[in-house]
This record gives sequence, C-alpha cells and structure tokens, in this order.
Amino acid sequence: MAELEAVIGLEIHVQLATKTKMFCGCELSFGDEPNVHTCPVCLAHPGVLPVTNEQAILYALKIAAALECEVAPRSIFHRKNYFYPDSPKAYQISQYDIPIASNGRLGDIRIHRAHLEEDAAKMIHVGDSGRIHGSGASLVDFNRGGTPLVEIVTEPDLRGAAEAAAWARLLRETVRQLGVSDVNMEEGSLRVDANVSVRPAGSDELGTKTELKNMNSFRFLERGMEAELARQRELIEAGGTIVQETLHFHPEDGTLHPLRSKEEAHDYRYFPEPDLVPIAPTEQMIREARESLPELPAARATRYEGEMGLPQDVAALLAADPETAGYFEQVAGSASDIEPRVVANWVTGELAAALRQDGGEVTAAESKVESGALALLIGMVQEKKISHGSGKTVLATLVAEGGDPEAIVEREGLAQISDSGEIESIVAAAVEANSEAAEQILSGNQKAIGVIVGAVMKETKGRADGGEVNRLIKKQLGL
Amino acid sequence: MTDMLELTAVQAQEAMASGDFSPAEYGKAWAEAAAEDELNAYLWRDGNGDAEAISVEEPSLAPVAVKDIFCTEGVPTTAGSRILEGYRPAYTSTAVRRLIEAGAPVLGKTNMDEFAMGSSNENSAYGPVLNPWDRGRVPGGSSGGSAAVVAGGLAPWAIGTDTGGSIRQPASLCGIVGLKPTYGAISRYGMIAFASSLDQCGPLTRDVRDAALMLSVLQGADPCDSTSVGLGEAPSLPDREDLRGLRFAVPSELARDAIEPGVREVFEATLARIEQLGGEIAEAPLPHAEHGISAYYVIAPAEASSNLARYDGVRYGMRSEGSGDLIEMYETTRAEGFGSEVKRRIMLGTYALSSGYYDAYYGQAQKVRTKIASDFSAAFAEFDFVVTPTSPSVAFGLGEKTSDPLAMYLNDFFTVPMSLAGIPAISIPAGLAEPAGGGPRLPVGFQIAAPAFAEQKLLAAAHALEGAIGFDARPEGVRG
Amino acid sequence: MIEREQVLHVAKLARLGLSEEEVERMAGELSGILEHVDRIGELELDDVPPTSHVVELENVLRADEPHESLDRDVALAQAPDPVDGAFRVPSPQAEG
Repeated sequence: MAELEAVIGLEIHVQLATKTKMFCGCELSFGDEPNVHTCPVCLAHPGVLPVTNEQAILYALKIAAALECEVAPRSIFHRKNYFYPDSPKAYQISQYDIPIASNGRLGDIRIHRAHLEEDAAKMIHVGDSGRIHGSGASLVDFNRGGTPLVEIVTEPDLRGAAEAAAWARLLRETVRQLGVSDVNMEEGSLRVDANVSVRPAGSDELGTKTELKNMNSFRFLERGMEAELARQRELIEAGGTIVQETLHFHPEDGTLHPLRSKEEAHDYRYFPEPDLVPIAPTEQMIREARESLPELPAARATRYEGEMGLPQDVAALLAADPETAGYFEQVAGSASDIEPRVVANWVTGELAAALRQDGGEVTAAESKVESGALALLIGMVQEKKISHGSGKTVLATLVAEGGDPEAIVEREGLAQISDSGEIESIVAAAVEANSEAAEQILSGNQKAIGVIVGAVMKETKGRADGGEVNRLIKKQLGL
Repeated sequence: MTDMLELTAVQAQEAMASGDFSPAEYGKAWAEAAAEDELNAYLWRDGNGDAEAISVEEPSLAPVAVKDIFCTEGVPTTAGSRILEGYRPAYTSTAVRRLIEAGAPVLGKTNMDEFAMGSSNENSAYGPVLNPWDRGRVPGGSSGGSAAVVAGGLAPWAIGTDTGGSIRQPASLCGIVGLKPTYGAISRYGMIAFASSLDQCGPLTRDVRDAALMLSVLQGADPCDSTSVGLGEAPSLPDREDLRGLRFAVPSELARDAIEPGVREVFEATLARIEQLGGEIAEAPLPHAEHGISAYYVIAPAEASSNLARYDGVRYGMRSEGSGDLIEMYETTRAEGFGSEVKRRIMLGTYALSSGYYDAYYGQAQKVRTKIASDFSAAFAEFDFVVTPTSPSVAFGLGEKTSDPLAMYLNDFFTVPMSLAGIPAISIPAGLAEPAGGGPRLPVGFQIAAPAFAEQKLLAAAHALEGAIGFDARPEGVRG
Repeated sequence: MIEREQVLHVAKLARLGLSEEEVERMAGELSGILEHVDRIGELELDDVPPTSHVVELENVLRADEPHESLDRDVALAQAPDPVDGAFRVPSPQAEG
C-alpha cells in the first residue's frame, strides 16, 4: 500500500478588533460582567434592524489585501437560520455565495475565501436549573454576540500537522500586524478549525475528511491534527473507512471525540438578508486597504532570505515579530561591513539568550542595548579586538545597564591580548602545570587540549583568542 | 364652532395653530372618544401614565392611533400575538418617534392580525376587530384596528403597515383613505417585521390631504434602517382639482378577474369620473400580476419564518411553563404563543426555503417579482398611474373565509403586485356597493398606483378624484 | 401534495410543536396553497434575474462609534428566566 499523505485545510475565525459590534453600536469587550454590552439590536428584540459597521468592512478589506484575495465588486449578506440560545435572532447574518474576498494566498497556501459574519453569544452550562429536575441549564451572555468576524478558509493545501500549525502561526502574525484583531487563541479572538483527511501519496483525489474543533492553542491544534492523522492512517491501513464527522478536542487528555450527532441534519435555509444592502467596496476603499499594509511576515522573510542571505529558519523567526525585525534591520544598517547573517545570529542567539538570562521580560527593541551599541560590539568581536566570550560578557553588561561597549571593554580590561609573547609564556606555564593532559594529547587524545585551553583562558580572563591559544599549545607540544 | 372631532387632521392643525381650541382640549376630546371603543379596535390606551417615554409636551398635531406593530418604549406592544403578551419595548420605533417629534401624541395602540398576517383581523390573539359599518363584518386586515378607529370616529388618523395590502384593503373595507408609500420611504426601525423586503409603514386617514400631512411627517431616511431612503422632499398638501393630461392604465386582465358586481360597478363609475376630470383611460397589459399572489405567498412567509424565529422564549415574551429540554421549550413555547395563521405561514415559509425546494419556490418567486416590477415599468413608460379596485369585494362576514386560507389570500389579489414592485399605491373610498349576498351597502375602495417615489403626483391625483367623488357616507352613529 | 412526514420535518426545522390534529390540517392546507403557488413553476423564467430587494442602495454603513448599551436590569427585565445577570435556558440535549 502506498504511503498515506496528510491533506489539511484550515478554517480560521478572526474576531475583528473594532470598537463596536458588527451590526449595532454596543462596545466589544472581553471578560466583563455578563450582559452589560447589549441593546435591542443585539438582543434581537422585535422590530430592530442591523446596520453594518464600516470599520469591519475596512478591516476585512485589509485582510483581503494581505492574503492577496480578489475583492467581490458586490457582496451580500445572507441569513443562516438555526435555533440555538447563542443566536438571538435564530439566524446568523453571514456571507454565503458571494463572500467579500476569495482566491488568495499566504505563502504557498491558497486561500479559498474570506467572508464577514457575526459571532454568537456565550453559553455557560450551570448544572441543574432547580426548576426542571434532572436536566441541566445554561446561562446566556450576549456581550460577545454580534462581534464582527472574518472567516478565512484555505484550500486543502497543507500536508502535515506541523506544517499546518506553522502556517496558522504565520497567519496569526500576519493578521496581528494588520492591527485588525487581537488574535488571542485562549480568549477566542482567533479560532482555528481543521479539516483533516489522508490519501495515497501522489493521488489527486480527496479522502473523506473530519472536522476538528475546539483546539484553543497552537500546541493543541498540532496535537489534535497529529492524533487525527494517526487515527485515520491506522484505520485505513486496517481496512476501515473514515466517516465524515465533527470531532471535538479535549485539552485535558488530548483526545478527540465526535460531537453527538443532532437528531437531524442541518438545513440552514439560507436566503439573502433583506434588511441589508450589498457591500460594493469602492476603488478608494480597496486602495487604502492595500496602501495601509505594513511589510508582512511572509514578504519580510522572503526579503531576508533573498537580499540578506539569511537561512530560512532565521529569516522566518526574525520576520514573525515586526519589532525585533526592525531592531535587527537597525543593527544591520549600523554594521554595514558585517554580514547580515552574523548580525541575525547575534540578535536571535546571543542577545535573545542574554535577555532570557535577565528575566526575559523585555524584547530586543525595548532593551537597554542600543542598536548602535550592538553593532559596535559585533564589530569588535569580528575584528578580534575582543574574544567571543568577552563579547558575551559585554553584552550581559549592556543588557543590565546599557552603555558603550568600548567603554565597558576598557573598564573591565577585556581587550584581547594581542601580544603573542605574553600568551606564549602563559601557554608554556599552562602546559607545564597540566603535564598529564599534555601527555594525553601527545598520545592522540585531542579532547584533552580543552583542559589546557581552559587554564589559559582562566589566566587571561578570557581575553585570549581561542584559535590562537589552540595553535600555540600544539606548537609548544611540537605537534 | 363646529365639533372638533368632525375636523380632518389638517383642519384641526390649522384650528389649533390659530387658537380656535387648545391641543389639550382637542386631545382630551379624542381620548374620550377613543374610550368609547366598542369595536375591539384598541389594545391599549393611555390611562395610568405608562406612556411617559412617548409623551408629547406641546402637541401641535392631531393624536394618532398606532398599529400595535410599532414598538413604543414602556408601552405594551404585542403585534396581536400571545407570544408578546405583556412585552414592553425598551425603545421606540422611528415612525412613532417622528410623530412625537412633530407634535402628534399617541392616542392608543390598535388591534391587528397577529404579526400582520391576515386580511380580516380575525387572526388577532386579542379577538377580532368589528367593522364600524356593520359589526357582523370584518374591517379587513391586517391594519384592521387602525382602519376601524378612523372610520368609527375613535381616532382622527392612524398609522398601519402594508406588506401585501394591509393598509389599503382595510381602508377600502372601512371607507377611508389608506396609503402604502414606496418601499424605503419610511423607516422600518421598530416596526415588528413580518416580511422585511415588503413591509412598509403608511397612513390611514379620513382624506387624501391628511394622508399627505402624515406622510410628510413619517418619511425620511433613517440611519437605523439601511433600506430607508425617504422621498427626497417631503410632500406638500395636494390641491389639484382636475386630472387633465394624466393617463390612467387599467390592467387588460381585469375584465376576467373575479370581482363582485357591486365593486365592479363602483370601479367603472370612478373611471368615468376620471374622464370627466380630463384624465385619459386605456388598457395596459400587466401579464404577471395574476401570479402576484403565488409569488407573495412564497416570499412573505419565507421571510416571516425567519423573522419570527426570534420568538423563542429566551430573552423576552412568553415561555411555556414546565417545558423540559431546550428543544421542547422552543416547540411548546412557539406552539402556545402563535396562532394558527402564523403557524401556517411559518410552515409554508420554512418549507419554501428548505433544502431541495429553494429554487422551485423562493428562487422562482423572486423571478416572478422581477417580471411584475418590469410589467409596471413598461406600463409607467406610457401611463402616469395604474388603477384597480382595491379589493375584489366589500367587507365580508366574520368567520366567512376563516376555513379557507386560499380564499382569504385572494383578497390581496389587487394589492400584492404593487407591494412586490415596491411602488406607492393609495386606496380612496369611491362609493358604496351591495355585498354579493345582499344587505346594506358598504364602502368600495379605488386603488391608484404610481411609479416609485412619485407620491406627490399620486396624492395630487387622488385628491382631485376624491373631490369629484365627494364620498361623504359614514357608518351609522359616526360623526363626519 | 404535502405528506404528513414532510409536515413533521418542516415543523421540526421551525421548532413548532403541532398537535396531531394540526399536522393533519396543515398537510391539507399547505397542499392546497402550494397547488396554487405551483403555477409559477410553469413560467419560463430561466434568464430572469431574481429580485430579493427593490431598493437600489449599496454600502449603507455605520461609523464605528459606540452607543450606550442597555442597563442590564433593562436588558433582563423582559426575560422569562433571568438568573445571575444572564438569561437562563434549559440545556440543549445535543451536546454533553
């Protein structure tokens, strides 16, 4: 049997960070007392009418531009009819056959569509209602009801759980940098569902898919998809068939369970929402959305790889965070004679480690390490004015108190010992003091050289160049 | 001084402005008249000051009877349904707010067919409204209470809603003027939805000038209603007395339509009157109008099935006692809260939208709607107006048609096409006719339809014709 | 003709409890109405665009400015079963 490849498509709900709800002027909130942000419109009182929030349209257009989507010249809203206490009108206003955006891409993954809709209210299960014995009750809080949402649907282009999770992170960063959403998975402002199937590698057909819901972190998303892919592969390899169903992720134990199927299949009875008129984005709206885009992670990563020669993983890491990326570019700009690759390694390696060591509370850009200071420091190490180890010592000082690296080197006496006569005598003394190690080296144990190097470094307080010390030890031993 | 209550709203406004009597005296006189309601036409009248939120400090216009479909803050609003019994809205509809801001107090809330579904007012959960001309007959519907209070001397004027004829048909059956404006002329905000793409607020008045005054107060774009546009310019009071140079189209298909002989006779006489006033009459084809009822009874119930889904016993209104799980709570609440006509339409509309039937019913009905609108456009390319009887019959007996829904639906035959096309149409009383089964003569309405947003022209022609007809009959015991 | 089963299915979708007598009556009445309505099915309208709205407006939009929300007491004043500042409902069976 051919190997089974994973086929994954994602459906991402993004809560827009507008001031007010999609169709009424109630303020958006998170974590407030229940039902303090409601009005006749979002409680679906008799006679009320929805009026579309312009900012939500503009935000959707930004998302459309960032995802390189086509914008529908005239999109409309439909009513999706279903009864549930979280849906006060018993229909959700959503876009159906004509979404505002379609046919886009982010990285290598194609976007099928992105459409606008309103969020449901929140329900909390509260056990026995007291009034009705034996059956539980739920409390409905309409604060969230009517929050603007953009639902982004990908094509089934993802080929593994890790790839899908990584892409979802890229999407989150992209949307976050647009400034249109808080994209917080724990708080539900970003919700990712996955459509998962497998098929024989090389096949063009799609297998039966299952829909995975309730994965409220990227870790859970990846674990959920991994678990489901494993289940599907095992089932098919054992001769079984996949049943199309919706699976709920249980974060406590990482398992997936089918939602108990309702008594009947859904029949949403979609029809055009007669209370709203079409959305026809003007040239100006579309242009402004496009022009307002910052350089987004995918484009920035491509530029770092192409123009700056950074390795792919380092480029992606830097590009994901616009602040750190900006800092990196400043350092690289100040140190124009140093390869960007080296600068990137310092920013993502030594500096990140030093910041972590210091408590990890500030980012590179927020830290006391001025970009010019870091550029100077890297230059000193590159020019062997100080050793790499001393460079790290200086960096720790910069993180703690800021300042000028040259002054710190001066003050701490960290300048590399460039007088080879001085080093030579220290090396000679060290070889003599560690005769056992010297003999091991002579008998072929190269690792033993570390003992002598260590002794030299201790004596010089790290100010000697490691390569030079190695060379002199071997010379002393006549190797 | 003449009896204040005999004045039209326009005359009363002038009299109050010139100090003939005070708004307080006038308002008190109407409150007393309204209290004499023996027609079951009012569901609420201000008695204990619970109308504070919608009170008018300095009235300058005649008080208005408001169909109980308009939300009024703090004042019971039921839409004629059990499911909203005791419901007091937290906000006021734009139409009522405009009346209040213009200085017209709310005299009371009028009875209606439940959720405006009906042509006889027999579908109210609070009992039928009686026709002031003959209490054994229906006033028409669904704005039957609003028509009955104006015709019965219980209010100077009223507002109602028209989805497929719900202003025009009761106006016709009660012998008053009823205007359905262009869709979008008046805000629907706060008007409890029946069929959103068709519902339109409008006046029910004693004469055409009152209708014009009321329209000028109500019309206008509203930021709370995305589909409202207003009329651009508020209509002025019409004063035209002739119809010279105006062309009136009679649908060619009218000859074979089922119309009571008495109604046809009044209709023909009115056509002759138009010619006497210098108007021109000719036939024009409206080939798809006959499918109006079919299209309407798909589109309106479909939208209604969705609009009425919010009555679920969760946030307001009735909840069935002792219901078990969630689904059972929904089903019993809605079973107990809705009357049989509402249930019928919810079923019809849900069916028409359900998987596998959408294209055959809802989709097809929307195409018929396109054809009906283009039939009117073609007619208006050559004519100023299209005229028909408002209703195929005069007021029928209580209970006469309740067992046959389809027969009841056919009452809307002449009014539904204009609703589907979204164009304005007015019904004016044109005379009296003997009912098909014999008995005292009853009012017959004459319908004039005009192109969208041509209200000013429509009112002018209706005013000229009204003057020539000189309809001055009143139900027994009603001043006039 | 609308069969009894269809009536029950549609009533389920509409969350409308019907008595046995209502189911029977509804089947007959809906059949009669639909028989009349079915005549539009015979019209040749393939190339005709549907009209869902007569208003020719586009982009009717609201500025993103907050209005005052209802006091919670007012929001809950009409509720059949208000509890702890929320609207209480019987639990749905379908989820556990």
